[in-house]
Amino acid sequence: MSIIGRLSTAIGLFLVAVALIVWALVSFLDPGTPGGYTDYTVGHSAGAPVSVNLQTVGSIGNGYGSHPTWVSYMQKDPATGKWIHDTSMILPANSVIHMTIDQYDSGSPLRNQEWGQVQGTIGSDATLNGKSFKVYDSYTGNGVGHTFAVPGLGVSVPLIGVNGNLTNICAQAPCGTLPHNVITFSFRTGAPGSYNWQCFVPCALGYLYGNGGAMSTLNYMGGFLKVVA
Amino acid sequence: MTNQSDNSTDQVHHLRRMTLMWVILSVVADILFSIFVAPHVPPGRLTETAAKDQTDFNVLFEMAVPVLFGVWIYMSYSLIVWGDKRNSNQAFSGDAARTNMKTQVSWIVVTSVTVLFLAAFGTYALIVDHGSGGGEGPNPAFAPSGALKAETAALVGKATWSPGSKNVLPVQVIAQQWKFTYRYPTFGGMESSQLIVPADTTIAFNVTSLDVIHSFWAYQLGVKADANPQVNNVAFTTTKDPGNFIVRCSELCGIWHGSMFNNGKVESQADFENWATTTEAANAANTALLPAFAWTYTPDANGAAGGYYPDGTQTPYSTVETYGSKQPS
Repeated sequence: MSIIGRLSTAIGLFLVAVALIVWALVSFLDPGTPGGYTDYTVGHSAGAPVSVNLQTVGSIGNGYGSHPTWVSYMQKDPATGKWIHDTSMILPANSVIHMTIDQYDSGSPLRNQEWGQVQGTIGSDATLNGKSFKVYDSYTGNGVGHTFAVPGLGVSVPLIGVNGNLTNICAQAPCGTLPHNVITFSFRTGAPGSYNWQCFVPCALGYLYGNGGAMSTLNYMGGFLKVVA
Repeated sequence: MTNQSDNSTDQVHHLRRMTLMWVILSVVADILFSIFVAPHVPPGRLTETAAKDQTDFNVLFEMAVPVLFGVWIYMSYSLIVWGDKRNSNQAFSGDAARTNMKTQVSWIVVTSVTVLFLAAFGTYALIVDHGSGGGEGPNPAFAPSGALKAETAALVGKATWSPGSKNVLPVQVIAQQWKFTYRYPTFGGMESSQLIVPADTTIAFNVTSLDVIHSFWAYQLGVKADANPQVNNVAFTTTKDPGNFIVRCSELCGIWHGSMFNNGKVESQADFENWATTTEAANAANTALLPAFAWTYTPDANGAAGGYYPDGTQTPYSTVETYGSKQPS
């Protein structure tokens, strides 16, 4: 083989090796492709508030992929009223979002009680089953199961857990009338942009510091808010 | 190092021409750099650390420019003047390469002096700037005056700071997947998601982590310190004028690493005091639920359950007696 031929072969093999390494790294780091954004701007009038309904379940159950035991958020599709396994939303900019979260999971003391304080909401408070609160002592009662936090908007709300000793805790999403807490709060979306939101309770059992698995996979314990003008 | 001519007249002539070109180009490039580029070199001048970093970068660049031009000019000159001649019928038609002791010695001396000067300059800058904003570990070798007193007082809740006091302000940086939070022992040990610091004040950042390794990088402050669980990594800086800065995690720490950043502010001393006291009051109910202030904390469990607790087994600053006082139980 000529020198040019050898050189071409060597360069070709090198490029293939680089491509394989890049592909492997990207595949490893990619949290997954969003299932699609649920659009809350359809039919939305400028300045009008938007209502979003989420629920958290201790285990997603069968029917939503290959991790039936993973903890997860779910979202009620505003168009169909059905619960979907999707954590990405399109929200209108500079609007008030009325959030209702049905919390079906049990709780525990927080690793960092900082997340027990309601932050970034209108009035700096939230309601737990209709009762307003600003701080929740995670060392008392049922503790905190999860948080809903949008770091880019400064929003963080603790989601108080249900009694972990109950025998009828929901273990198959979507959950209906089984024991749950209803947490409500409102926040403003601000300027257009893409914001990630996530749970700050390391709730992925069986993973290092509880932050792998469901905590590191899109559509489980985190997602994106695409805020559009 | 070689010289391509054995004609002494030519040697002087060539050297003079190369030196002239080198001096002119180097001086012009350094002047243009200092006027148009140097003031904008990161990380800016928000703190004394950042300003000194900027100065250091500029000194390094302005030292490197003459070296760069020296090599380029010599190489280019050699290729043009002493290179193989066009249309020559000889295999090697250029001037023969010959050694020149003076040139060799000069090169070795000049480059050695340059490198040694930069090493001494870098060491000097590291010492006089109290670590140049880098994490110095739990026992900082280059602590500014007053840091020892303030950090010791912080452990027992007696640190004080007020506008004009010139006291060092300890701020604790707590990294966790995937957010930084900040505790202010001087203000009741409150914890906040915001990092606000006063202008014209020396800050002692005490950086730790509740889970994996992170890195606290306050870019415009010129501060960067790894956040390791159960380690108090101390970095110092002195703020100058009010301004904004960005904090990023610079250690790949998991899936939301890219989102682990927040904006921070250097505010006037009066504004900072107002923010701190207001936030202390607003967070009082939650602060009462936080663990006692300590340099490091131990997470209670490898999962969702449990809080973090003062790590009583750690004795940060232990090599210095006053710093080494055991943490309060």
